This record gives sequence, C-alpha cells and structure tokens, in this order.
Amino acid sequence: MRRETLKVLGPLALTLIAAACAPNATQDSLRPAGPYAEKAHDLFVPVFWVAAAIFFVVEGLLVFFVWKYRHRKGREGIPPQVHGNTRLEIAWTILPALILAGVAVPTVTTIFDLAREPEGDVLNVDVLGHQWWWEFAYPQEGIVTANELHIPTGRPVYLRLCAVGLGYQQQVAPSECQPGPPEGAVPASLGDSVIHSFWVPELAGTQDVIPGRTNTMVLQADDPGTYTGQCKEFCGLSHAFMKFTVVAHTPEDFDAWVAGQRAPAAMPPGGTPAAAGAEILAGQCIACHAINGLQDANGDPILGSNNGPDLTHFASRECFAGCMLETNDENLRRWLDDPPSVKAGSWMPDYNLTPEQIDQLVAYLNTLR
Amino acid sequence: MASVSVPAERPRGLLRRPTAITGLWSWFTTVDHKKIGILYGVTAFAFFIVGGTEALLIRLQLAQPDQNLISPGVYNELFTMHGITMVFLVVMPLSAAFFNFLIPLMIGARDVAFPRLNAFSYWAFLFGGIFIYSSWFLGGAPNGGWFGYAPNSVLDPTRGMTFYAIGLLITGIASTVSAINLAVTIINMRAPGMTLFRMPVFIWMGLVVQLLLAFSLPIITVGLVELLFDKRFGTHFFDPAAGGDPLLWQHLFWLFGHPEVYILILPAMGIVSEILPVFARKPLFGYQFVVFSGIAIGFIGFGVWAHHMFAVGLGPVANTAFGVSTMIIAVPTGVKIFNWLGTLWRGDIRFTTPMLFAVGFIAMFVIGGLSGVTHAVVPSDYQQTDTYYIVAHFHYVLFGGAIFGLFGGTYYWWPKVFGRMLDERWGKVQFWTMLVGFNLAFGPMHVLGLQGMPRRIQSYPESLGLTFWNLVSTIGAFVIALSVLLFIVSAVRSFRRPREMSADPWDARTLEWATSSPPPVHNFDEIPVVHALDEVWHRKYAETEGGRVVPVPAGGSGEGGRGAGAHAIHLPGPSYYPLVASLGLPIVGYGLIFGWWLVAVGLVVMVGGLYGWVLEPSAE
Amino acid sequence: MATIEHAEHPTSTGLPSTKLAMWLFLASDCLLFGALISSYVLYRGASLVGPYPNDVFDIPYTSVSSFVLLASSLTMVLALNAIQRGDHGRTRVWLLATALLGMTFIGGQVYEFTVFHDEGLSLTTNLFGTTFYVLTGFHGTHVAVGILMLLTLLSFSLAGRLPQERAEAVELVGLYWHFVDIVWIVIFTVVYLIPTGSGPA
Repeated sequence: MRRETLKVLGPLALTLIAAACAPNATQDSLRPAGPYAEKAHDLFVPVFWVAAAIFFVVEGLLVFFVWKYRHRKGREGIPPQVHGNTRLEIAWTILPALILAGVAVPTVTTIFDLAREPEGDVLNVDVLGHQWWWEFAYPQEGIVTANELHIPTGRPVYLRLCAVGLGYQQQVAPSECQPGPPEGAVPASLGDSVIHSFWVPELAGTQDVIPGRTNTMVLQADDPGTYTGQCKEFCGLSHAFMKFTVVAHTPEDFDAWVAGQRAPAAMPPGGTPAAAGAEILAGQCIACHAINGLQDANGDPILGSNNGPDLTHFASRECFAGCMLETNDENLRRWLDDPPSVKAGSWMPDYNLTPEQIDQLVAYLNTLR
Repeated sequence: MASVSVPAERPRGLLRRPTAITGLWSWFTTVDHKKIGILYGVTAFAFFIVGGTEALLIRLQLAQPDQNLISPGVYNELFTMHGITMVFLVVMPLSAAFFNFLIPLMIGARDVAFPRLNAFSYWAFLFGGIFIYSSWFLGGAPNGGWFGYAPNSVLDPTRGMTFYAIGLLITGIASTVSAINLAVTIINMRAPGMTLFRMPVFIWMGLVVQLLLAFSLPIITVGLVELLFDKRFGTHFFDPAAGGDPLLWQHLFWLFGHPEVYILILPAMGIVSEILPVFARKPLFGYQFVVFSGIAIGFIGFGVWAHHMFAVGLGPVANTAFGVSTMIIAVPTGVKIFNWLGTLWRGDIRFTTPMLFAVGFIAMFVIGGLSGVTHAVVPSDYQQTDTYYIVAHFHYVLFGGAIFGLFGGTYYWWPKVFGRMLDERWGKVQFWTMLVGFNLAFGPMHVLGLQGMPRRIQSYPESLGLTFWNLVSTIGAFVIALSVLLFIVSAVRSFRRPREMSADPWDARTLEWATSSPPPVHNFDEIPVVHALDEVWHRKYAETEGGRVVPVPAGGSGEGGRGAGAHAIHLPGPSYYPLVASLGLPIVGYGLIFGWWLVAVGLVVMVGGLYGWVLEPSAE
Repeated sequence: MATIEHAEHPTSTGLPSTKLAMWLFLASDCLLFGALISSYVLYRGASLVGPYPNDVFDIPYTSVSSFVLLASSLTMVLALNAIQRGDHGRTRVWLLATALLGMTFIGGQVYEFTVFHDEGLSLTTNLFGTTFYVLTGFHGTHVAVGILMLLTLLSFSLAGRLPQERAEAVELVGLYWHFVDIVWIVIFTVVYLIPTGSGPA
C-alpha cells in the first residue's frame, strides 16, 4: 500500500516543491508583471487548481482501489463479474463536460480580449526577427534598435511581429513590418527568413514570428525594471542564443531614452583610435550595419544597411549578439575576432581583423552611447 | 487462412519459392505474423536503445548551464533524431509488434489478410529506419526538429532534412500498407461468432489505429513530398519569397501529427484494457463505452490539429474552435479512465508486473492528460507552448502512457510469445526503478517550462535559475536507463529457462490464451467458435443464480461446435520477394539524393520484386 | 497475387479481402489527392510572377484528353464484363484498349506540359508551376501505374493465366482505374475549368 501511495504522492510533492523552489527564475510566467501576462495567469491558476482537484480525486481513487481490493490470502474465489453501469457512464461523461464548459467560457473571452487591438495611448513597435537577433523599430518615434526593447510603464505596447532574413545579397532589410500579407513583390530579404517566436513571459504570452505574415500582440509593464525574453520557436543553429530584454522605464525616463536614441552619433576626433575604428566600420561593416551620424571625410553621411543590428547607440545597450554576450570589451574582442566561432552559424563572418583593428573598433563602439 | 489459386506453374529458377520455416534464413523470408511481430519488436527495441542514448546525451548537455559538451549543430541533430526515433521507429513499430502477433490470435484467425504484404511492411520499416540513420554518415543527420518546420527545414544547407523527408516517406509507405492489411484482417477474418462487439478492446483500438493511419498518413506524405521538392527541386511550396506560406507545412504536418498521437496511445490503452480485467479477475467495466470512446477519440482527433498552432496567429475564431474541440476530446479520454477504475473496483487484484505497469499507466497518463487540458486554455498556452511544460506533457502521455503500457504488454504476453515467463521479482524492481526515474526526469520539466525554459535550446544561462531542476531531470534520465538495462538482463535471463509454458498461465480471458505458448505455426488446431465477449473466460467459468462465479468442468459447455478448419490446414508459404521489393525503396531514396541512375536501379529492384511476388506460385 | 478466399473460409463481411483492401486503399488515396488539390487551391492566385493559368491553359485540348480518359473507363467496364462472361478474346481487346487510351492521355499530358514549359512555366517558375506540376504529376504517375497493371493483366490473359475464376483481379484493377479517372475529373474541374480570370487573381 505504501508503495502505491508513494507512486502518486512522489511526483505530486515534487511539483509542489518545484513551484516554490525556483525563486531565482527571472523568466517566470508564474510571476506576471503586467496586465496582459496577468490575464493568462489568471486563467491558468484556477484551471491548475481544478486540475489538481481532479488529480487528487482520480489518483486517490486509484490508490484507494488498488489498496482496498488487493488480493489477500484466504480470499479465494472470483469476484462478481460486474459489467458496467449506464448511469455512471452518463454521469462521468456529463460532469467532466460541464467542468470543461466552465473552463471554456473565460478561456474564450480571454482569447478575444487578447486579440483586440488596444485603445488609448498605445506605443507601436515593430519587432523584426532575424537569425539570431531581435530588431525593434519605433515607427512614430523614428528610431531603430536591437536586443533591448525599451518601453514606458503603464502604456500598452502594440507589437507587429515579422520575420526577416539575410541573404548574401547586400539588401536593405526593411525596418518595418508590413501591416498585412505582402502584396506585389515580396522583399527579397524574406528569402532566408525562418519562423521565430517572441516571448517575454513576465509581460505576455508568445506569438510566433512568421515569414510572409505580420502577427500582432500586446504587452504592458506595470513597474519599471528589466524583463528577459528569448525566441521560443526553433530557428536553427543559434536558437538558444536569440534573446532580448525588455527595459521598462517610467514615462519620463522613457521619453529621455527616446530623445537619446534619436540623436545621431558624434564622429570621434580625428587621429584617435576611435576615429580609425570608425573608418574601418565605414569601409567594411556598413554592408550590414548602420550608424546614424557616420560621416565620410567630407562630412557626408554614410548610409548603412539594417541587415544587421543598428549600431548608433550600441554602447547604450547592456548586451549584444542576440543578447548572448554582455557588452564589455573582452566580449567585444572575442566577437570581432571570429563571430562564427562564438555563435554557431553567425551570419557575421570572420573579417580576419588584426588585434590593432579590433582595438580601434572597440574604441569606436564604446563611443556609441 | 488458406490460399488457393489457379494450379501453380512449374516453379522456374527465380520463382522457386523458399519452404523453410525454421532457421536463420527463414526470418528473411517469413510471412508468419508471429515471426513478423517478433521482428518488429526486436527492431523497435533496438531503436529504443539508440533513441534513449540520444536522450541521455541531451540531458548530459543540459545538466548544467552554459555547457558546451555538445555543439549546437550536433545538439540539433540529437533532439531531432530522438523525436523521430521515438515516434516513428519505437512506439509505432512496438505497437505494430503487438498488433502483428496478437490480432490473428485474438480474432481466431490463422494469419493476417495479406501475409506477404505484412512482411513487406516490416522490411520497408526497417530499411526506412536504417536510411534515416545512415544520414549520420552521409552528410549529417536531420536537424530541423521531428516536426521539421519550414522554412528552416527547407533552408538548412545540409542533407539532413532531405533524409528526413525521404526516410519518413519510406516508413510511411510501410505503415499505410500495414494499416490496410490489419484493418482488413480485423474486419474480414474474425472467427465464426465473433461479432464486432465480441472483439477484445485491444482489437477495437487496433481497428481505430489502422483507420487513423490510413487516413492521416497520406496527408503527411503530401507534406513530405512538398518539402522534398522544395529542397531538392527548387519548388516554392513553403517559400515566402515566392508567395508561399510556411503555415501550409504546419497544417499538413499537424493534420497528420495529431491523429498520430492517438495512433501512439490507443494501442497502449488497448493493452491496459486487456491486462486490468485479467489481474482484477473481473471483466472490463463498461466495455461498449470504452469502445465508443476509442472511436470518438479517433474521429475528434482529426478536428483538433491546430491546437499545436495556437501561437501562429490564426485568429481568435480559429483558436476558439480548436481550443473547444481539444477540451471536447478530453471527455472520451476521461470515460476510459473512469471505466478502468471501475474495473479495479471490487476486484481481486494481483500485482504482477503487467498489472503494475497497467496501474502505472493510468497514474501517469492522468497527469499527462490533465496538463494537456491546461494547454487547451488557449491564452495560457501562449505561455506554455514551446516550453518544457509541453515536453513534460507529452512525455507523461507517451512514456508514462504508451511506453508503460507497452512494457506491461511485454510482460503480459512474453509467455505467450516465447514460452517462458519474465522473472517477476526483476520485473517489479524494473517497474519501480522506471517509475521513479521517469518522474524524476519529467516531473521537474513542468516547472522548468512555466518558469522560463523554452524547448530545443542547446544551453541556458545560470541567471535563469533553472539549474537545479535540470540536474534532477538528468539524474532521472539515467535512472530510466538503468531500468532499461534491468529489462534487458531480465529478458536474456528468461531464455535460459526451458521453454515450458501452459497455454493460459495468467488465467486470462481472450482467445490467444486458448492455444499453446508459443502458438503452433497455424495458431489453432481448430478455428474456435465464439459465443461471447471474453470467450476463453466463459469457457472456464460460469455464473450461478446467486451471481457467484464457478469453474466450468473441463470439456463442458464452453467448447461449442467445430469451427472451420477441421480439414487440412493450408498456410501461406514463405517468400523473399517482399524483402526484395522493399529494398527498392531505400535505393530510390539514395538515388533522389545522389543520382538519378540510382533511382532507376531502385525502381528496377522494386518493380522486379513486385513482379516476382505476383508471379511466384502460391505455396501449399 | 490475388488470393481468392476458398469457399471453406468465408469472410466476416462476405466481401473478398482483396476488394476490401482496394476500397480502403482508394479511400486513403482520396486524402492524398485531397491534400494536393488543397495545396493547389490554397495557392490559387498567389503567384507573384507569371505565366498564370489563363496564359497557358488550352481548355479544348485538355477537354479532348479528358474525354479520352473517360472513354477508357468505359472500355474498362467492357473488359470486366467480358471476363465475367468468359469471353477471353474480348477481354484482351478491351484491356488493350483501356491501356492504349490511358497511354494516349499520358501522351497528351506530356505534350501539353512541353508546350507549357516552352511558354515559360516550369516547376520552379512560380507557385502555379509548383502546385500544378506536382498535382498533375502525381495523377499521371497513378495513371502510369494503372497502365502497367492493365498490361500485366493483358499478358496474363495472353498466357492463359487469367481464367474466368480470376475475374476479380480485373475488377480490382478496374476499381483503381475508375478512381484515377474520377480524380482527374475533380482536377480538371478545379484546376482547369473554374475560372481564375486573367493574371494572378
């Protein structure tokens, strides 16, 4: 009897302990930090307890029957051959159906609720999923950034999600999600794009990011803070390293952040290592990267591309390479030396830079606050 | 079943039919469903070891954060092959092993409807599995997940997903052909008196599974062909740059993929429905309701597929429809569970190893089923999908469910197949080890998923706070491995015992126990005449006025008249053409990758094999 | 390979197992073509570049070849009728006729596809080419397999190995042949006849 009981109580206890004992989890759907994540959580919790109750009843009956009706010595003969009971069958068909109907009603209302475009003072952001990093474009604010999604607290953030690829062609990937399925010619940059999924559990559930279509979702943070997220749909070699953070600011701080991001980067003074770095970047890196404020010797702007992350305010971000690496000099050097060896499958190739060139680039990148 | 054809031609050379039914070579030419069942079982078990090893490597890599024991590229191959192996090369063929061995015996037939086609199915399965695995040595194994989502699977530059598409097409042919064969067998070859509602539940579940296979496999066949063509010939089925829709792949895959999970679980449910009554000494509670709920699950199973796609943006109406249909399918599933409980109620339960696995099945499947219901709560699924919470769910139903059920069936029918018992003490140790290991491995995954761990990631950082439960899960995986080792030792030891087994060592209920253990090559000396559900039980026991059950004296009223088969028994003879014909399939497969001349060779072998098959004389 | 159930071994349904198997196979094949036709319909109008259906289709031409295939179903019925009556001469004639009509259909398709190809429609040109050729290619393969089976029956008959008692073999091939014909009617209607307008829409 004990063993049968253990068999059921064991996994149950484990699950309960587990729920309490991962306090360091920072990507925790059980700790919603905004109204949209709370909607999903508010459905999950009661359903979980209903399921737990059913679990106890059913497993309890199982354990009880298996104990009570075990064969005991001296009890010979064959038990009465009961074939069934139609009333019971009807009862245990209807009762679960009713319970499920009860679960279905709030489920359906929440489905429609979450699918609605939010009203009021909404912040619009386009989320573009690349292999293997996230691009964030704010159409109304006119800024483009990567790896960190900055939002104000207390405002709904309406996201358009689209997948973008990078071929070896030197195309400019659009930093804008089309509102609907593409009409007419499809951007060639779709040719190498794969499915991703945008997930920051403390702020919202996922929606997939699918080439050729634009999905939408809403999230909102109640309080300032940093919330981590990552790609949830298997997307190739470095799927595990396609991460991002959502940085929630008070509205004032957010406005300040936007203003900072709008400002172009200043060119470093001539003759400095940073200036040399800017020259290297202008020569090689603008095939995929863009820096607002990069100028050639005549002071004319050098246009880049947004196949890769926009670097204008690179040093203002705490992580890079799809948030695989913390932004610091050591990591930057490792990365610039040979990106594919750091991140499997990286589209950024090894440019065989000399250590001196790397130092100059690091110096320049550090000026891009 | 006898085959009578036109007077045979003088057998010429190539068309001379083999005759041996014993010896090593006879395994290659056998058309005996019992031998084919054993072949399926052994092969599937070998793949189980391989797939399990892949799992252990995955768990080693994930035991600690930020590890690089296994590179991302290899890791992607490992989890892809683990999924493909367990679904297509383990659970499906293990179920096929049971179906092949038991269906004719349980319905009182001498073999399946088309014995050579049956052999063909086995060889095609084996060659398909070998074909997929040969990819490790020929440019890289499949690495796009067992679900192979496009465009990633199309764009991957290695050959891996091409091997995936072709390999699954080959195994799909094997399964489709087998499904038709077994469905016709069940529908058309039952012993006299065995009406549909006197068939064992295992046979009913078998029928539903064959029909699910016959109607779902063509859909994935089309999907796989489209994937193969996109990769190999530059078509645009899933190419967004040409206006194609990656979701087309998902719809085709899951229209198959969802019925597939019922294909995976219904056989084990059938097994449990046979084991519980025998060791509770009572009939299955609510037989018709268990049968109808199985049929209902089969039907509704075709209507829930997009619950794997809740987060792709189909819209609230579609998500609602599929969320509701998914909740609906929980109802017949619950009906089965309650009827199993009813079978135990007021029984006289003996805890043999098969019974332990059957009860363990119910306990674990309930957990998996309940987590499944939470997935149907669509907005909550937006959090759960693609995390380890889902991994926990399907391992509870596929391992705690299907694998436990199949192990139970293995212990239960081992004496019938091999004429020896598996040692009961080893069996109990094996069961408890497996149960503990299984729960340690997969229980924590519920937590890991809800607290931020996505699927299919090669590593995770320390900062996510998920280290402890990942380590526990890895330990659990190794405990499972230990339990499988225990099983292997027990199996080997059983063959040291002499082959002396009675026809009915468990005091069971169904027709396979009416013949010797193992059965003679012709299954039954006389085809039985069936008068009731649980025919064998009723031949042994009768109910008195007071509801008491008393043994029937031997040779008493149970035996009813002589069935067909009182005359000479004709059996289908062995043949090597099924093997030859099926060999053509992987050759064509390699040809699609390496050169058209090889395709031509494969077609010649296949067509040649088929013509030999058609032209060879039927053996008497 | 057709195994006749001996009178001493009646089947549970009364139907021969081979016939049951063929019906089940054809039901399964329905889903195969269903998925292929669905892929075609889903992508109708979605091609980004031409040629588009209206640019290449020659409805009168395809109608003729459809009629040829339909006629082959008639000859198939006649072949079955002949063998059931024990008229081996006519059996062979009608089997051959069916096979020849089938080959004419295939020939017609091959010609049609070379014309399309010359007009710029290949497997990889656009979604129309992709879905059209794969769908009709699968159907054509089914027809080819049918022709092979018909010729096999014909050679059996010529070798004296197709007596009246084995009429069922002809019936089974006939079931398959009619199925392939019906599928063509669906394809012809959905792909060729349902108007798609000019251009992609």
